[in-house]
Amino acid sequence: MTRTRNTYLLIVGLTAALLVFSFLTSAGDLGSFGTTVLSGLFLGALYFLVASGLSIVFGLMDILNFAQGAYFMIGAYVTFALFHSNMFQGIDANLRFPLGVIVATGVGALFGVILERVLLRPLYARPVFQLVLTFGVAIVFGEALKAIWGTEAYSWNPNTSFGIHQSQFEIFGRQFGTYRLVVIAVGALLIVLIGLLLQRTRIGIIIRAGVEDSEMVSALGINVRAVFTMVFTLGCAVAAFGGAIAAPFLGANLGMGNAFLLPGIAVVVLGGLGSYTGTAIGSFLVGLAVAVVAKFSAEFLNQTVWSSMTPMLLLILILLLRPSGLFGKESR
Amino acid sequence: MTDRNNVLEVQAIHTFIGQFHILEGVSVAVPKGSITVLLGRNGAGKTTTLRSIMGLTPPSQGSILLDGQSLVGRRPYTIAQMGVGYVPEHRAIFKELSVRENLVIAQRQRGDLERRTEFIFELFPDLERFYHLPGGNLSGGQQQMLAIARALVPDNRLLLIDEPSEGLAPVIIEHLIAAIRKLAAQATVLLVEQNFRVASLLADRYVIIDDGQSVATGAMQDLRHDEALVHKYLGVA
Repeated sequence: MTRTRNTYLLIVGLTAALLVFSFLTSAGDLGSFGTTVLSGLFLGALYFLVASGLSIVFGLMDILNFAQGAYFMIGAYVTFALFHSNMFQGIDANLRFPLGVIVATGVGALFGVILERVLLRPLYARPVFQLVLTFGVAIVFGEALKAIWGTEAYSWNPNTSFGIHQSQFEIFGRQFGTYRLVVIAVGALLIVLIGLLLQRTRIGIIIRAGVEDSEMVSALGINVRAVFTMVFTLGCAVAAFGGAIAAPFLGANLGMGNAFLLPGIAVVVLGGLGSYTGTAIGSFLVGLAVAVVAKFSAEFLNQTVWSSMTPMLLLILILLLRPSGLFGKESR
Repeated sequence: MTDRNNVLEVQAIHTFIGQFHILEGVSVAVPKGSITVLLGRNGAGKTTTLRSIMGLTPPSQGSILLDGQSLVGRRPYTIAQMGVGYVPEHRAIFKELSVRENLVIAQRQRGDLERRTEFIFELFPDLERFYHLPGGNLSGGQQQMLAIARALVPDNRLLLIDEPSEGLAPVIIEHLIAAIRKLAAQATVLLVEQNFRVASLLADRYVIIDDGQSVATGAMQDLRHDEALVHKYLGVA
């Protein structure tokens, strides 16, 4: 009980410290402060979409899927390509984008099933091999994308985009993309939906039980391997969905996989391995920290490297204070 | 040769765990409606026998028949679906899940739990009191009750129960003995039990396993009077 209370105090303390630091370095510019916080929430939502799959798959199957970032990247490329393809220009942009997101999510799910059933399943007894395999798959996916679309970084032009992507709203005199608010809302909605799936449904009970003891779940008459496949596929699909909805803002490029995988891993570990609550809270904590540091280092240090280091620095800080992560089990 | 009166027939199974040859010819027959107990010293192979039946450590030789149907080569979940309930050593309840969720997960068909709730609460009233508490908050005895109750949710024809009295206070053990007797009226039981007093109070039949082999079998009432056999294989008299 005390431990839980202290964990929440730590989260509130870190969040407050980041907000105060951001406010002070904004020199009274509320618009700058507001957009930094919203940027943090936007990043947090995207980190969650990568990290949720990582976390649940790790908890259930003991697999750290290094290809999760590649699925995020595939989602972005597929959506970008479908939206900008000449073949589909006849379809209204407001319909073309959600269709692209659906197809990209489906492609992510398809590659997820293939990876789990064909490549990972024979290696269930060899966790180290699985780790190396997912790392190799991430490289293969990256090279495949390079072969198809080249090394060019693609940017999404808001002027020829769908309606909501073109609109901005004002916060204390500063402009912020309405679409980024939609991404924050979608991230929050998915946190609730996946949370409900885990807490309120039989499949959620099975997943949570499997995290504790998958052998016993199997001895109760449940096909655990089918559950593994479903969860792994869902994790990959959610990551691809993340890349798809991020594409209008981030475009599509070969660096985005690792740019989201590493913070995703930091989120999963600092949240507490296998803890869904830890992953959800950790995502937004890391997102906020990255946004605050990015703004500070761009404005005051004239460089951006600090923001890419931030997830790992925050991870180190939290592990020093809580060796098993925010919501991790002491014994794990 | 199979006997139609036996729910389970294990014939000369050999099981390896890694490179270790744990079972070197175990045979067990479990008559319908009986409580059969596997006896033997620590490390004799009793738990591995139950795990082999359940498909968790599959045998490399021999046969296991459940009402004449072979279990060898089947996955644990299929064996469970065929009507085998398993209560493992150390209970293996899901500590993060509530008592209710621990029981819900054991349902094989919608409505299983509703049909069995009354019987389960009658056997183990504590589970009703703590229905919404996490399994990890229960005492050792209550966790054992939950582990047994979980095996009672679906209609199982055979229950495999591994060391139900392990680490429990005498008063709780008496409660469990009474409960297992009651549930034996509804399903056949194959039990592993180190506590000879508990075993002799519960079981109709016994199989002694020694060093990975079944070495003696018969009616429990005969074993109670065979001090030499008990002393030789179980170290108690």
